[in-house]
Order: sequence, then structure tokens, then C-alpha cells
Amino acid sequence: MKPSTGNPWRRLARSIGLVAALLLALVIYAYGFEVTQVDLEETRSETRQTQLVRILRAIAQPEIIEFPQSQQSIDAPFFMPCPPTPWQLHEPNPRQPYLLVTPNCTEPGGRAEVRGFNFEPGSRGNVFLIPPSQVTLRLSEMSVDREGNFSVNVQLPERSSDQVQTIRAIVQQNTGTPRFTRTAHDTWDKIIETVFLALLATTLSTIIAVPLSFLAARNLMKGIRSSLLAISVSLLAIPVGVVLGNAVARFAGLWGPRLATSMPMNVAGVVVAPFVVWAAARWALPAVEPSRPPLAVRLARPAALAAAAVVGIFGIVFLAKLLLEAGTRMAASMGDLAFLGHFIFNLGEILEIGLGLGTALAGAGIASSLSGRLVRTLTPRLPAGALRLVEILAAAAAGALLLVGIGATVEWLYRIGNPVATLYVPAAVGALIGLAMGVRFGGRDTLPVGLVIYAIARTVFNGLRSIEALIMVIVFAVWVGIGPFAGVLALSLHSVAALAKLYSEQVESILPGPLEAITATGATRMQTIVYAVVPQIIPPYISFTMYRWDINVRMSTIIGFAGGGGIGFLLQQNINLLNYRAASAQMLAIAIVVAAMDYISSALRERVV
Amino acid sequence: MLSVRNLTKVYEGGVVALRDVSFDVPDGQFLAIIGLSGSGKSTLLRCINRLIEPTSGQVLWNDIDVTAAPQDELRQIRRRIGMVFQHFNLVHRSSVLTNVLAGRLGYVSPAWSLLNRFPREDIDKAMKELDRVGIADKARMRADELSGGQQQRVGVARAMMQDPDLILADEPVASLDPVLAHSIMQYLEKINQEDHVSVLCSLHFLDLVHRYADRAIALNEGRVVFDGLPQEIDDARFKEIYGKEAERVG
Repeated sequence: MKPSTGNPWRRLARSIGLVAALLLALVIYAYGFEVTQVDLEETRSETRQTQLVRILRAIAQPEIIEFPQSQQSIDAPFFMPCPPTPWQLHEPNPRQPYLLVTPNCTEPGGRAEVRGFNFEPGSRGNVFLIPPSQVTLRLSEMSVDREGNFSVNVQLPERSSDQVQTIRAIVQQNTGTPRFTRTAHDTWDKIIETVFLALLATTLSTIIAVPLSFLAARNLMKGIRSSLLAISVSLLAIPVGVVLGNAVARFAGLWGPRLATSMPMNVAGVVVAPFVVWAAARWALPAVEPSRPPLAVRLARPAALAAAAVVGIFGIVFLAKLLLEAGTRMAASMGDLAFLGHFIFNLGEILEIGLGLGTALAGAGIASSLSGRLVRTLTPRLPAGALRLVEILAAAAAGALLLVGIGATVEWLYRIGNPVATLYVPAAVGALIGLAMGVRFGGRDTLPVGLVIYAIARTVFNGLRSIEALIMVIVFAVWVGIGPFAGVLALSLHSVAALAKLYSEQVESILPGPLEAITATGATRMQTIVYAVVPQIIPPYISFTMYRWDINVRMSTIIGFAGGGGIGFLLQQNINLLNYRAASAQMLAIAIVVAAMDYISSALRERVV
Repeated sequence: MLSVRNLTKVYEGGVVALRDVSFDVPDGQFLAIIGLSGSGKSTLLRCINRLIEPTSGQVLWNDIDVTAAPQDELRQIRRRIGMVFQHFNLVHRSSVLTNVLAGRLGYVSPAWSLLNRFPREDIDKAMKELDRVGIADKARMRADELSGGQQQRVGVARAMMQDPDLILADEPVASLDPVLAHSIMQYLEKINQEDHVSVLCSLHFLDLVHRYADRAIALNEGRVVFDGLPQEIDDARFKEIYGKEAERVG
């Protein structure tokens, strides 16, 4: 930019602008001080300073190691006020510990000197007054000198009585070898829980985030265009696929256990199923096809693949059953290693639960992509007029389906109970929108469907990412109970969004050259991703996953504050109980683990990348 | 026979890269495309296999309308058109062999290739192509461990894996020194003469055009300003193609 020396008015305007900007900054910071209640008076208050010192000293002594302690307690009689007749103490044994109080009686609220002899040298303790009511009033701290003596001047409370009162000195002293405190043991247990919580959350979220990240990468998605007809038919096929997939899973869930009635049968099923699937896939998906095969073969292939899929699902049912069975037996017989059995049992359960969901999702995916492909194959062969009509009708149906889905969600959330508002009107509006789009955007490959998916994925990730795991855990704690499992789920959900965003930015920054080269060979989109994109993103993906593990360890230390298990639960408890020495032990553990994780992950990253 | 008719490309933002470009390439011809940087050479080559969508006009290849082909058919067309790039465009972290095998992706079953499984014949063919360009011993090395000249040979081998009828070479030697440039050009020449593959090659240096090309097309600001034998490019023609201030260096 050229300096505007030539025009004095502009220079003046700039100066005024600068002054205005400075004034504005002043106002902004002044308001900031006001709303954040900056109060320096508080920092100088004496009571607050003593409290601060007390807490800092407690934090400086984390409750990790303790000694077994022996205790010495010596009494001396005392009168307050002085009795009418003066009294004399027995001569103390000069070899035993004893107390000497001078004077041996005072008016209430008077002062006296308490001296102790023959105590354990170097020990510390307190001097108490015990009135006839037997309450214990602490008078002073003291420490015993090298000769075993101490002397303190104490102010007595206003506790008058005509009976004898007691001055008592109690000293504690460390004996024997040091040992870990109960707090140290608890902290150790919880910090281990914390590290594994972070590990599970990171693993789970990585598995989910990797495929999702491709949907949120602009460079991969922007080229995907499709005709309105293909999009509409794909949309309509999704519920069909869900129902079909679910039905197959139920069928397998019902018949699988009846087929595999014994353990050997079960094992045989698990072993045979993969071979059947492999053989069917090998036959139905030839490596290279020199010429177009006859129609019968072309029809038999999808049938073989469908059959293979069913066999595969049966195989998973068998495997789940086997895992459940084996897990139960291992847990019963392996003693200390029972957790391995529990793990295998859990894997079986995950398979069982995941099967229904997985097949429904896979069914939706397959149905939608197959119908889309069918449309693309048929499009050039059908008369244009009929095609336009089908396109408009399909668009109307798809629009209606979409809005009915949204309406059903609204109904489920808010329980409006009015089918006109949540069913009929959305269906009609959706159909109208579809109709309008059908008329407006007809023809082939016109709609940038890839960019739409990209925008939706980005929005969802950003929304999820903006909700901290600390808040998500509240919902999960309601669902699965307070504890580390809720923490794992909350951290996972948050990490999926965060990782998918980071990953997708890596995909966006790959070199475009290889992508172009692989596309030019006639590769499909999936092949392009596997051969041109994946090799380029492996190092950054690994490094981001490790970084996320690091973050998750830090997050999991506080996720217990909201019921997510881990060390945060213990830390919060101790802070609330004002048990600062225990809290300090936990803070120290967190610091050590985070520092160690940081070191380990950077060392690993250097080696892998 | 490749036939380019009235091809025009206007980029988003209004930059016109190609204006009404038309020419025919008979089978087996070695055609050089020359012109200044930014004259539209790369855009032209990429419009032929639709790495860039042309705005209007047609590309006909063996009487198939490439510009109108739907995705599936386009992939069938692309797998017969090999492409060689100025910056080689190898996948750096993959092995040389995998990079070469990637040339078969249009032929093999998508499902198996996703698991990185190629038929035995393809692997043998890949080794043969690597042997032909003289770097069979480097097959297991990572692509980015190779020198520039070696990388471009991998690029040529990858294109040859496609059993191409046509090779599009986008300044294949611009990033190489003159000695390496000649060796890469000789591979292309050999492919052109022995396998009867048509070659469309954009080039910077006129001596390379004279030495290797059967015919040359010159572009200036997206327009064809010359179409003829390389020998016909004299000083007057040269100034027409490259502008009045240009001086010949090679």
C-alpha cells in the first residue's frame, strides 16, 4: 500500500480512526475487568492470605507416603481458678516423661508455662486442656528439642471449674519403614483406569472417524455429481435396505443358534463360513474379465454374492455365540486372568448387538448404491419423456420421504401428537419441493451431491465438536450409569468429531498429482482413494491419533468431575472434602501421566512418521 | 483416430484456456503440442480424457464421444489412454511396483484391488515394463527414493500398463536435465514406433520437437496458431507462436 502522504485529510482521518480504535480497546478491556470481577482488594485480605498459604502448604505435601506412628500422651493436673488451699504435686520420676506447669493454677483466661521433660527427642505434637466435660481444647503446637524437653507459653481459655482439670501433651513420631498411603493406592488404581479410558476412547473414535473423514474432504467430494433421478432412487432405497438388512440379521439370529447346537458345530460354522464367503467372492468378482460373460453368469454373480453375505452373517452369529460361550468358561476358570474371559464375552456381545445395526447400515448402503447404479445403467436406454416423468415422480417421493423422516423426529422429540403437522403437511411439502426440483434440475449429472454431503458432514462435526466431552458425559452417565464406561463413550463421540475434522483437513492438503494420475488410469473412486489418497495420509493420521490420545488422557483426568470415572472423580471428592493433601497426590499423578504420555507419543510419532 | 472438435474451456472466474480448438490425430502419430506457459497445452491434454471437463466442443476417439460418456464408460475409455506428467505424479510412499500396478486399476476387479491384490499376470507384466525402462531392480523401493529420471520412467511404465492406444504426455521432460530428457523421449518414441501407440506430447524445447515429432500444433492464448510439420517452424513462424520479443534458445 502506498503511504497517503499527499492527502492531509486522509492522514487526519487515519489519525482519528487510530485514536478511536485505541479508545474502543480501552472500553472493551474496562468492561472485561468489570464483568470478570477483577478485585485486587481480595488478594490483599489477611484471612484469605492465611487460607492460601495453608492450601499451598497442603498441596506441597501430597499424601503419598506415611510412616507408622507411635504416640506419647502425658497428663498434668491443673486448677482454674486456683483452689482455696494451695496444693502440691507429687515429685515426678526424673527418668519418666513428665509435665511441669507453672503456675499450677490460674484465673480463667490466664497464662501458664508448660514444660515437658524426657520426651522422645525430635518429635512434634500438641498441648491440650481437658476440662471435666472431657472436650479437648488445643492450646498450642510444640516440638521437642534434642534433649527431649520442650517449653511453651499458653493462653488458657475461660473454662472455670472447681474440679481438677488436665493439661495433656501428645507427641507423635514416625517409627519403622515408610509405606504408601491409602490415598496413594486409590490414586494408582484410578490413574490406570484413566489411561485405559483414554486408550479405548481414542481407538474407538479412530475406527469411526477414518471413513467419515473422507466425506468431509472437499477435494474428494466436489467432483461427485449425480442426476436427480439417481439421488431420489438412492434415497428411496435406504429404508428398503434397512428393513432388508434387519430382516436378514433377525433370520440369522433366530436360525444360527438352532443350527449350532453344540460347541463343535459352532466351531465348524465359524471355520467354514469364511471359506464359503471367500470362494463365492472369488468366483463372483473375477480379477480381470477379458470379455463380457453370458447373461446367466452375470445374473448368478449377484445371487452368489447375496448368498455369501447371508453365510457371512451366519458366520458372525456363530462367532458371537462361540465368544460368549468361551468367555463365560474362561472367566469361570482363569482366576486372576478372568478379565480376559470377560473381554471375550464382551466381544461376543458387541458382535451380537452390532450385527443388527451393521446389517441394517450395510443393507441401506448396498441398496442405495445398487439402485443408483441401476438408474445410471438404465438412463441411456429409456425414452427421454418417460424418464423425465419417472424422475419427477421419484423426486417427489424422495422429498416426501425426507420431510416425513424429519417430521417423525420432531414428533418423537416433542410429542406433538398432531399427524397433520408432523406427517401430512411435511409429506405434501416434501413432495412439492421434490416436484419443483424435478422440473427445474432434470437431466443427467447436474446436482453436486458430493458437496451437499460434504456440507452436512462438516456441520455435524463442527456441532459435535463444540460440545465438550465433559457435557456429553452427563447424557451418557444417564444411559450407562456413572463410571468410566460413560467417560469412554463421551470422549469417543467428541473425539470422532474432532478427529474427523483434523483428518479431513489432511485429505484436503494431499498432493493433487497422484490423485490425477490414478484417476487417469480409469480407476473407480474407491480405487483412487485407496491408491492415491491413503498412502499420503497415513503419517498425518497416525500423528493426529497420537495427539488425540494425548488430549484424551488430559480430558479423562477431569471427565470424572461430571461422572465419567477415572481419577477426576477422586480429585473432585477430595477437593470438596477440603482434603488438599490427597487432592495434591492426584494432581501429581495427573501431571506425571500427562508428561509421560507427551514424551511417549512424541517419541513414537518420530519413529513412525 | 482422435478427433478434437471446437473444444473450448472457460474456467470458473472467466479465464479462457481453450478457444475453439479443432484437430485430428491419425493412429500412430507422434504429435507435439508447443506454446508458451499458460497457452492451454495442459488444459487441452486434460480435456481429452476429461480430467478437466470441457465447457463446449467434442472429443471423439475411435468414433466414441468422450465428452458425452457417462462415468462408467468414461473409465473404460480412460484405461486405454495412458498419461505421463511433468511432475511424474507418483504416489511417493508406495513402492515402485505398486505405482506401476496402479496402471492396471481400470482392468482389475475393483473389490480385489482395494485389498492390494493383483493377478499374477499383471505383476509379471509390471516387472516386464520396468525392465523395458531399465529399472526392474528398483521395483521394491519406495517411489520417492528414486531420482527424477527414474521416477519419470516409472511414470512411463505405469502408462504402458494400461495397454494404451494413446499416450498423453504433459511436458514429460520439463523437470529433467537434457540427457535424461532425451532418454525419456526415446522411450516414448520407441512406444510410438514399436507398439503403434499415438502420442500427444506437450514440449518446451523446439529441438526435441524437431527430433521426435511427426507433426506439431502450436497454441497461443488457447488458439491453434500453427498446425504442420516441425520443419516448417522457421523464424517467422516462431515469432508468431511465441511472440515478437521471443528468441530461440534451442
